[in-house]
Amino acid sequence: MEQTYNISLFTENSIGILNRITIIFTRRHLNIESITASECEIQGVFRYTIVLNTTEEQVIKVVNQIEKQVDVLKAFYHTDSDVVYQEMALYKIPTNLNNGEEMEQILRQHQARILSLSPEFTTIEKTGRPEEIKGLFDALTNFGVLEFAKSGRVAISKPMKTLEDYLKDMSVEM
Amino acid sequence: MNNLNISGSEAVIRSLLLEDVTTIFGYPGGAIMPIYDALYDYKDKVNHILVRHEQGAIHAAQGFARASGKTGVVFATSGPGATNLITGLADALIDSTPVVCITGQVASHLLGTDAFQETDVIGISMPVTKWNVQVTRAEEIPAAIAKAFFIASTGRPGPVLIDITKDAQFGKMDFEYEKCNSIRSYYPNPLLNQDLVKDAIQLINTAKKPYLLVGQGIILSEAENELIQFVEKSGIPVASTLLGLGAFPANHKNYVGYLGMHGNYAPNVLTNECDLLIAVGMRFDDRVTGDVSRYAKQAKVIHIDIDKAELNKIIHADVAIQADAKDALRSMTDLVEAKTHDEWINEFRKLEQEEINEVIADAIAPKSEELRMAEVVHFISETTKGDAIVVTDVGQHQMITSRYYKYQKSKTNITSGGLGTMGFALPAAIGAKLGAPEKEVIAIIGDGGFQMTIQELGTILQFKVPVKIIILNNNFLGMVRQWQQLFFEKRYSFTDIKNPNFIKIAEGYGIKGLAVSQRDELSGGLNQLLDSKESFLLEVVVEQEENVFPMVPTGASVSEILLTENHGTNV
Repeated sequence: MEQTYNISLFTENSIGILNRITIIFTRRHLNIESITASECEIQGVFRYTIVLNTTEEQVIKVVNQIEKQVDVLKAFYHTDSDVVYQEMALYKIPTNLNNGEEMEQILRQHQARILSLSPEFTTIEKTGRPEEIKGLFDALTNFGVLEFAKSGRVAISKPMKTLEDYLKDMSVEM
Repeated sequence: MNNLNISGSEAVIRSLLLEDVTTIFGYPGGAIMPIYDALYDYKDKVNHILVRHEQGAIHAAQGFARASGKTGVVFATSGPGATNLITGLADALIDSTPVVCITGQVASHLLGTDAFQETDVIGISMPVTKWNVQVTRAEEIPAAIAKAFFIASTGRPGPVLIDITKDAQFGKMDFEYEKCNSIRSYYPNPLLNQDLVKDAIQLINTAKKPYLLVGQGIILSEAENELIQFVEKSGIPVASTLLGLGAFPANHKNYVGYLGMHGNYAPNVLTNECDLLIAVGMRFDDRVTGDVSRYAKQAKVIHIDIDKAELNKIIHADVAIQADAKDALRSMTDLVEAKTHDEWINEFRKLEQEEINEVIADAIAPKSEELRMAEVVHFISETTKGDAIVVTDVGQHQMITSRYYKYQKSKTNITSGGLGTMGFALPAAIGAKLGAPEKEVIAIIGDGGFQMTIQELGTILQFKVPVKIIILNNNFLGMVRQWQQLFFEKRYSFTDIKNPNFIKIAEGYGIKGLAVSQRDELSGGLNQLLDSKESFLLEVVVEQEENVFPMVPTGASVSEILLTENHGTNV
């Protein structure tokens, strides 16, 4: 059965490693829904969050092949219920002083905030899950959304074992 | 030796020497000229073999590695030099062969500008290397080379590539070399989990019909003796994959044959009769399993491999052990109950007799007028007592050789398995001979594949490499023709091939040659080949439309293997 999986993987900061990872998905004709990367809690180690829809059987094989890459320290996969995740979106709408009240309602209701304001346009920021971000987009449609950009998913796992614990188990010195 | 202020190029050569490299296969060109210039001063320490095409260099390095157990080394220039390595990299990756390729690259300030002979070799080679890296500064060279050798040769071995920009080759640095023996994100020596070993032993000790399948992992971990000890104590019958041939002596009483699409009858059929399958250092290739949904469904499975990604990839394992084959077999031998499985092995022998009666007897001593491939291979096998290194290309001759050459020793079977690269054998045989000069090296090649890397006859000429070449010439791209006959209504679409006069070509390269087409000439020709101190080419003109049988047709189960063309499914 296909469902959404979150792959968290930890790599060295080396040129080309992202390419090595995406090749594994390409080979299996798997589409990546979203991908983000940044340094994690251990200095010099990068954390990737990759979201895809597939079967558990496929995701296990993909994770094993990712982990096999020389520059990958560890890779995990989780279902949505095993992670806390979030996305961030920016909305650019025309500034209009006549709809302040309605705008306040929307911002409160969607727990969004104004990031920048100019006579021409207003930038609104919202973090949340994809459906919440879509909800705000729909609410802003009447104001005319000039631009919209959304990040990929970032996620942390619910199980308490840390990356460092795993690496210690494998006697990797950090 | 002065280590201060030397060039990056000299650092390349000195690093290789410190990795005990004695042989390099390569081809110079613009972007690797500084390295070749440095090599000029080390001609007495390193044997550089100038090939005739970079594909030849990497296949030779593969043959060298497979025959010697050492890491093969390749030099090539940027652009086309580097792209010509790609087939060999893919071959080495899928067949787990340790190779280090060093490619020249345009100067770093030209990267990404479409400079002359610039290509993104890092990007292109990424899917077909275990690891690759681009070096743009001279001082990074020794560490990159140390890492490359460590990665190529440890864990599941594979090819690596180092791309060195021309400015890094010219750059000056103070040389210091430290061998690499660990990388924090890379775990090549998994600790053997003793609990899993106990689980495996429990299954083995209670099994009535246990069956052991071995692959190249045995050879790569040098576990040949441990395998024999385990087998002799446990009494379990052993079959081999294509790349595993030679890991276990073919004349051993527990050896039951060769697995897969054109393998032996008994080992395929009885896969679906055993109650326990123990797979060591093999990866359940589709050429071994046939239809996986009908593969050993009745059996429990123990799978031992050093590559975790292979476990549960194709066949679900009841006990999956990520381990080096040597460690695992040693541990298992200690714990396994001493037994014999004579009755079970007899089941194999009964089916083997059927295969002898129906297929083998006629193949090795045919009544037909025309020569057949198997009689050639059988003669070589008998004469060399299964001791020679036999290098094969890809196709019918390869399957026939795997079936009829009785490999007795490890590292004597060199072939392109996973990738099925035509053109592999001739250069690989050159490398094998240089890697194991004391061994007789015989390349058995089809007329099609021979012409894919025929230019390497020039390498044999120049370096006087005494490899023996047998062309089994049926004037067809035989394996494809066989499939056209069986599955495409004999529509022989572009598989008939008009061949040149191979003997005259050999003569042009200064290699003695002989063509035989009659049975009464065959043994004389083969003896002449074997007795020759120099390279020798024997062309054997064989039956045009011979088919390789038994055969597991695509989509069939291993137990539906067709013994001969005339048999339907008879199991």
